[in-house]
Parts: sequence; C-alpha cells; structure tokens
Amino acid sequence: MSKKTLIVIGNGMVGHHFLEQFCASPAAADFEIIVFGEEKQLAYDRVHLSEYFGGSTHADLAMGTLEWYTEQGIQLHLNEQVTGINRENRTLETPRGSYRYDELVLATGSYPFVPPIEGNDRPHCLVYRTLDDLDAIRASSEGARAGVVVGGGLLGLEAANALKSLGLEAHVVEFAPRLMPVQLDADGGALLRHKIEELGVQVHTEKATTAITEGEDARLRMDFSDESFLETDLIVFSAGIRPQDALARASGLEIGERGGIVINNHCTTSDPHVHAIGECALWEQKIFGLVAPGYTMARTLSAALNGDRELAFTGADMSTKLKLLGVDVGSIGDAHAQTPGARNIRFNDEQAGHYRRMVISEDGKTLLGAILVGDNSHYDTLLQYALNGITLPENPETLILPESQGGAPALGPDALPETASICSCHNVTKGDICGAIDAGCSDLGSVKAETKASTGCGGCTALLKNVVDSELEKRGVEVSKDLCEHFPYSRQELFHIVKVNGIRTFHTLISQHGKGHGCDICKPAVASILATCWNEHILATDHVPLQDTNDTFMANMQKNGTYSIVPRIPGGEITPDKLIVLGEVAKEYDLYTKITGGQRVDLFGATLSQLPEIWEKLIAAGFETGHAYGKSLRTVKSCVGNTWCRYGVQDSVGMAIRLEDRYKGLRAPHKVKMAVSGCTRECAEAQSKDFGVIATENGWNLYVCGNGGMRPRHADLFATDLSDEELIRTIDRVVMFYVRTADRLQRTSVWMENLEGGLEYLKQVVLEDSLGIGAELEEHMEGIVGTYQCEWKTAVEDPEKRKRFREFVNAPSQTDPVQEWTVERGQRRPVLESA
Amino acid sequence: MKPRTRWEAVCTVDDLVPESGIAVWTEEGPVAVFYLPHRLPALFAISHTDPFSGANVLARGITGDLKGEPVVASPLYKQHFSLRTGICLEDDTVRVKTYPVLLDGNQIRLEVRANQQTSIAA
Ligand SMILES: Cc1cc2nc3c(=O)[nH]c(=O)nc-3n(C[C@H](O)[C@H](O)[C@H](O)COP(=O)(O)OP(=O)(O)OC[C@H]3O[C@@H](n4cnc5c(N)ncnc54)[C@H](O)[C@@H]3O)c2cc1C
Ligand code: HEM
Ligand code: SF4
Ligand code: SF4
Ligand code: FES
Repeated sequence: MSKKTLIVIGNGMVGHHFLEQFCASPAAADFEIIVFGEEKQLAYDRVHLSEYFGGSTHADLAMGTLEWYTEQGIQLHLNEQVTGINRENRTLETPRGSYRYDELVLATGSYPFVPPIEGNDRPHCLVYRTLDDLDAIRASSEGARAGVVVGGGLLGLEAANALKSLGLEAHVVEFAPRLMPVQLDADGGALLRHKIEELGVQVHTEKATTAITEGEDARLRMDFSDESFLETDLIVFSAGIRPQDALARASGLEIGERGGIVINNHCTTSDPHVHAIGECALWEQKIFGLVAPGYTMARTLSAALNGDRELAFTGADMSTKLKLLGVDVGSIGDAHAQTPGARNIRFNDEQAGHYRRMVISEDGKTLLGAILVGDNSHYDTLLQYALNGITLPENPETLILPESQGGAPALGPDALPETASICSCHNVTKGDICGAIDAGCSDLGSVKAETKASTGCGGCTALLKNVVDSELEKRGVEVSKDLCEHFPYSRQELFHIVKVNGIRTFHTLISQHGKGHGCDICKPAVASILATCWNEHILATDHVPLQDTNDTFMANMQKNGTYSIVPRIPGGEITPDKLIVLGEVAKEYDLYTKITGGQRVDLFGATLSQLPEIWEKLIAAGFETGHAYGKSLRTVKSCVGNTWCRYGVQDSVGMAIRLEDRYKGLRAPHKVKMAVSGCTRECAEAQSKDFGVIATENGWNLYVCGNGGMRPRHADLFATDLSDEELIRTIDRVVMFYVRTADRLQRTSVWMENLEGGLEYLKQVVLEDSLGIGAELEEHMEGIVGTYQCEWKTAVEDPEKRKRFREFVNAPSQTDPVQEWTVERGQRRPVLESA
Repeated sequence: MKPRTRWEAVCTVDDLVPESGIAVWTEEGPVAVFYLPHRLPALFAISHTDPFSGANVLARGITGDLKGEPVVASPLYKQHFSLRTGICLEDDTVRVKTYPVLLDGNQIRLEVRANQQTSIAA
C-alpha cells in the first residue's frame, strides 16, 4: 500500500510539538510528512523570544534540529507560505508549487493585532512576535532615544522591558485604565504600575491613539484622543493577538464569530480531513494564547490520527505566574469574579508592595480565582485549591495573610487530593505517585524513575519529595534520614552526639556511633560539625583526611587540577596598595584574574605547590583567606552607603565589614552569603542572600533565608529598625540555630521551609526566645568569634602542614604534564579537552 | 611474556598521610599512594589520573569504604574508584591502573614497568 500524505502548515511551537508526538507514534509509518513554515527559521521557543535581546541566538532557542527532521524523513519547506487550500481536490498552493494531502494540520498560530490608527504603517512602527520582528526592532533602535509600546498586557510589558534593554527610554501606552486589564483588577494594576514605573518604564493609561504623524524632536509623534501627544523614535504594537485563520476562512472552513478555526474535542475542523491546533484553533468559543494548551491539542490530535479517540481536548487552565520586569504577577482562574455570587477577599500592603485577592464561591467553600502582585509565594497553594476544588479552611483569608498576621502555612501533602498535579512537565498527579509506591517503589529515586516526575524543569522536586515521604510514612515505611551507610543518624542528630559526648575526632565518632571507615559523604559532614563545635584548624592532622580537596588545600580545584585563590576583601572595600599586590602576585604566577560576583578578585591557575608561596606574599600584604572553598560565610556584599551615596541613610560598608569580620571562617552546613544595602534602593541585592540587611532611617531591616543560584528565593523580612547591636545579636542567633539544626548541604532557605512552623517559628525562637536558648546561641557564637584564625596564616607558618602542598612528594621540580595552557584576551587559560 | 618490572622506591613512610593520599612521580607517570592505617593491607597505589577529567588529582580525593570496598572519590566529579581493583563503582567499564605496593624498611616501593635504561641501572 502506498503511503498517505500528511501536511502540516506552520512550523511554530505547537506544530513542532505535534511532529515530535506523531513521529514517535505507530501511524507515522503510514504517512509521508510535509511541513510548510512561513518563517525562515526552524521552529523556535517563542515563549523565551525576549532572550534573543539578551544574547540568545536562534540556535539556542530552536526546538529541534534539521538533522532530526531529516532522520524522520520529513520534507521541510521553510520560508514558504501556503497561499491557498482547495479542500475538494485536497491540494494546497504555495508560490513554489502545488501539493496533495490526505490529512491536513493547520498550526498557523496567530498574528499581532495592529489597531486601525492612521499612520500605523509608517517606518519604525513594528510588532513583537517573531525573530524577524526583533531584528527589525533592534535595527530601528539604532540612533533612537525613546520607544513606545502600545498595549499594557503581558506581551506589551515584556516588549517594554526589551526596549529598555536596548537602551531606550521606554513608555507603555494602554487604552484601559490599568495595566494587564485581562489578568488584574484596579488595585493590582495600580500596584504593578507603581513597581514598573520605579524600574524606569513610563506608563500612560487611558490613552487612545488617534494618529501617528512625523515628529518634531523624534521620528514619530502619537496624538491621543485627549489632545495630548507623545514623541518617540519607534512604536511597538502589542495590542493583542488574532488567530491566523485567513487560509481556513478562504477555503470555507467554519470560523468563529471573532475569528479562530472551529475544532471539536479531537482537534478536527468542520472538514474531517482538516485539523487545527495551537493558537489558531477555537474550542468552545475559546482561543488559548498559551503554549501548554497548544501542546495538549497536539497530543490529542496525534492520538486521534492513531485511531485513539479516548484522549480528548477538554479545555485548559489559563492561570499564569510570571515575573514581569522582575515583579511577581500571578492570576488564577476566575480572577475577575465573573461567577454569579462570587465574593472577594483582598489583602493590600502598600508598604511592602504586595497585593493579593481571592475570589471565592457564594457558599465560601471553594476558591474560584485569585490575583497576586509583588509576591508569588502563595501561588502554588492557591492554584491547588482552585484546580482541585479543595474545601477552603474556615477563615479563608488566612491563605493570603502574611504568616505574621495569622496566615496559614502552605498546603501539606496530605491535604492534596489524588488528582492534584504534582509535576506539570510530565503530567504526574499525586494519584500516579501513590500508584507507583503501591506498585513497589520504596524511595524517591525509584518513584522518579517510574513516573518521570521531577525529571523536566525540576521545579517540583521539593513538592515531590514531600508527597513521597508522607505517602511512605503513611504506609509504615520508615523514611531514612541517615547520613550514609556509615551512620544511622541525620546531621542534626550527629551534631548532638558530638556536642554532648565531647567527641573531637572522626575516628572516635565512627568507632563509637557508626560502622566501617566512612566516605566522602559523612567525612566532610563530620568535619564541618567538629569545626563548628570546636573550631580547630582544619589542617589539624586528624581533620585533614576528612575534608573535601577544596578544604584540604584551602583553594577551589578547577577542571585541570589547578586551584583558584580568593583572598577576603571585607565588604568589597580595598585599598589601591592591596589591589596592586593582587596584580603583582597574579602577574608573577601568571594567574588568570577575574572579579567575582561577591565583590572580590579570583586568581585562577595556581598549582598545588604554588599555593603556600602565593599565600605568603598575600599574607605579608595583609590579606586573609576568603573561605571561598568552604561551606562557610562567603562575602558580605555592600553598596557604598551614606559615606558617598546621596540616598544612603546608614553606613552600609561599615556594617558589611563588621559582619564579615564577625562571621568569617564559621563552618556551616552550606555556604552562607550576606549583603548590606545603605537604603531601600537595595543596590547590594541583599534580599537574594541568606542574610540581607537594608538600612532604614532608624536602623536596619533584617531579611533572612534568601538565595540566588539555581532556584532563587527572596529573603523574608525578619525584623525591622534594629540598632547595630540588636542586628548582630539577631544574626548571631539565627546563624547558630541554623548551624545546629540544619541538614548536611541544606541552604538556609530549605532549612527554614522545613522547620515545623517555618518563619513564624524561627521568629519565636530567635526574637521571643521561646526555647530559652538565645543566650546559649550567642555564647556559642562569641566562642567561635574569639578563636578565629586565618587558616592560611597558620598553614604557611607550619613546615609540617606545608608538606601537604607538594605536587609530587618525590619530585619537587616535576610539573604536571596535563596542565596545558593557551592565551585568550591577554590571559592564560587551560586548553579545553583536545578532540 | 610478562614485561620486566622493578620495584621503584617512591617515598618514605613520613611522606604518607594517614587515611589519605599523596602523589608521586614514577617512570610510568603520576601515581597516587594511599595509607589507610585502620585496614589490612594498609597501602594502596592507583593511577593519579582521573579518567573522567584527565586531570592528575585522585590522590587528593576523600577515602573511605562503600559496602566494605576501600574507595577514593574523585575530587572533581566525585566518582568512586576501588583502591583494590581500580574499577569505577558508578561505571564498571572505566578502570584506573593499580600498582602493587610494599613497605621496605622505611621506603615505599611501587612495582612499575622497567624500561631499558633504568633496569640496567637498578
Ligand atoms: C514574546 C512572547 C512571549 C510569550 N510568553 C509566553 C509564556 O510565558 N507562556 C506561554 O504559555 N505562552 C507565551 N507566549 C505565547 C506562545 O508563544 C504561543 O502560545 C505559542 O507560540 C503558540 O504556538 P503555535 O504553534 O500555535 O503558533 P506559532 O508559534 O506562532 O507558530 C505558527 C507558525 O505558523 C506560521 N504560519 C502562519 N501562517 C502560515 C502559512 N500560511 N504558511 C506557512 N506558515 C504559516 C507562522 O509563521 C508561525 O511560524 C508568548 C508569545 C510571545 C510572542
Ligand atoms: C562547584 C561548586 C561551586 C564553586 C567552586 C563555586 C565557586 C564560587 C566562587 C569562587 C564565587 C565567588 C564568590 C566569592 O567572591 O567568594 C562564587 C560566587 C557565586 N556562586 Fe558559586 N560556586 C559553586 C557552586 C555554586 C552553586 C551550586 C550556586 C547556586 C546555588 C552558586 C551560586 C553563586 C552565586 C550566586 C555567586 C555570586 C555571589 C554573590 O554575588 O554574592 N555557586 N561561586
Ligand atoms: S542602596 Fe541606597 S545607599 Fe546603597 S548605593 Fe543604592 S541608593 Fe545608595
Ligand atoms: S555557574 Fe556553573 S560554570 Fe559558572 S562557576 Fe558556577 S558552577 Fe561553574
Ligand atoms: S514540573 Fe516537574 S519537572 Fe518540571
């Protein structure tokens, strides 16, 4: 039997996803596949389009490769627009030829709506949808000063951000009285506006543009209906999207009143051989302008073409959570309370810039929708309530109140129904996870392997672990918190054992409380516990073999076996003389030199045997170790503060140096970062640190348990208007409580989230001393501060310790043969793997 | 025919670090020597080169035992290598070279291949 022909029009995100699904299915063997794409590039990730201005290329954004299309035997016609469909003959036309199909898939997406304003076709009037559009915007921004985005919705704000990143003065002109009129209400819109204006984007609401003409001081002039006007060099229209249904319309397919190709639950149009998926499709009078529903349609259609009619498209949740210009915005379900009888609960903290609104059903039992601005931390919990129809607690307002005002903590895993979606990447529900456990999975790893949960973006890892742990516990399986095969204890338990029994060596600990000889998990963990308890030099003979190489050699090992050196530069303040010494040392040893994100200087490429010599020179010039290798305090970043900055209200550099000197060298379960800003403008980005301090007129506000890195978390406000001494006492207590109770390699954020009672509990322990251990924590910290020694100073002065730094103990002059170098931008770097 | 070998003296007992490794230079290249005083035998020698990164770093890894097997963890990417067989526990198709090692008086000696010149000298 000869093969049938399947043609896909449109090579966008959904069209590509369909091909991936279909080519992996049995029916693919029965079809020749031809794809037409109007754009000249292979399908790319439009959702992340704006990253193109951040330096991503088409290759970075591409969804697949040409090789993949070739391997699948797909005929790919890029840069070829389909101009007509003849459904009677089952053929279609392009400028290059005519093609026959048996099944036709329309995945033509949508096009930006440009309002019918006189002059909207002038040069420098642009849109924001494709890579070509972005190239045009970039070209137009050359020599431009200001740019206007017409439309204050999701995409418009993203476009405004892009204009800003191109160095333009950015304006947003919105017809409605507020920003994001579809997702937000008046208060939410006002708060978002305020935040966005703070970021330097000018917002003009209730402005209807009547004409675009030539400008006097700029390229263009926009006239508004209220007689005002605005001059600008370029205009980006982002006034909504319209389904790209022109071909379907011309060929007589059924089209919705306001556009969109009508489809049924299996994504088939009014012609049984023509199907439509993605943003061009209209299902029950609804267009879905997000990518996830489009993907669901693609999977449904692929199943239908395989004869599987069980899978059906039944609509999609349009809730969204995103960061717009760095501002959290979330919108869930019926955000505008359009359900009859719906009632609202609002929480508005203008001081902190947080707005939250819940829309609840008439009987007060279920959550219908929600709006969040400024802080999305409640989003996940609210979404679970809304999607799963979970009965609301008696005082539903607790869900959006800050915890300090009696707000409820996040939903525990037990409260989630079986249908709750845990991993959205792989569509795994709580029920699937229970099923996997009942079928024999007995730990997190096997549940992951079985269900694929948490193997996509990884965003659900913490939730998955909670669900698995709680389900296992319910089934009577003891969830092992053991450190490793050598110790049947958690880090916290070991800490107690060490402290209570006064144990000072690993050997004593393992022979009395463990088994075997230890490993690379328990040895560094115990070393860190011992260091915290007794603060002895980490190169003391008994401790040497416990340490990770970075701790042993007090430098960070790089990929070719050499080390990098980071001297401490407290608060980022350095004298010219010291800077010169760093330069001289780097030059002498030919060290690659780079400024770190922590306001210090990193010198790369030192061999093991060079380390003590280099440190001798640095110490002579007054430097100390920066502990960049340790699980300990890294840097205390600071802005310049009131000594120079005209906005500063406190001496942020002075405080940063004081904090850095106080906590330097303290061993912790994981690295600890701090920062101090001299005023609320927050130039030191303190809220992304474990401990963030922001100056106020009256003292200092303390934020705790934030972090940057792979999964950033904003720090939580912990205490306000503290004096210098109060600040230090509070940090002392939190740090010590963390060091004593956290698990191995647990950052402060995860630690705090796992404390029963969370932030509130931590406040009670630290601020109200509910456990009565405040004085003891402070005393412990004083003891550590009192015994501080620069590890490098001790090491270089001790010939026995220096012996450890011999690269080859029997051949002092032998250099390591694999360390090959090349020069790039005037500095030495390792030769990368030879091919 | 078994290649000719010789027992090369590489260092003394004082150079060893208990429960840890040191690197020595031999005619066959860099070798890591480990001293685990709480086991018998207490001396192990394996290639110093980490097969996953190509860097000469294995002597600087953390030692220990996994299910009773004495191991060192690569300091770069943390794979474990058996000190007895050189086999990588995470990927048994990867193996580093192991060397017979003995204590001769105060000297640590490794059995390495003898090339012509030195075998005459030895
Ligand atoms: C800047 C930006 C940010 C976004 N952010 C998000 C987000 O955060 N989350 C989210 O869910 N969604 C987001 N979206 C929306 C998301 O990109 C779309 O939902 C998704 O791309 C729709 O896929 P599609 O395949 O239906 O359409 P498209 O990706 O638009 O693909 C349609 C393709 O068909 C081609 N075509 C049209 N007509 C023809 C023809 N006659 N012949 C040949 N080819 C034709 C078009 O050129 C186009 O390449 C964003 C969109 C933009 C522009
Ligand atoms: C392989 C392990 C890692 C090494 C060797 C390493 C090394 C470093 C070094 C040397 C610095 C400079 C800091 C300083 O001045 O002291 C730094 C900064 C930083 N690292 Fe890492 N890092 C590692 C892993 C990580 C991880 C896992 C994260 C994310 C959780 C992370 C996030 C950061 C951030 C955000 C900074 C900037 C610090 C700031 O601005 O204060 N690093 N890292
Ligand atoms: S945070 Fe405030 S004091 Fe510090 S540099 Fe910024 S504006 Fe100045
Ligand atoms: S971000 Fe990745 S590549 Fe860069 S320093 Fe950190 S670990 Fe290395
Ligand atoms: S949500 Fe589970 S991996 Fe992305």
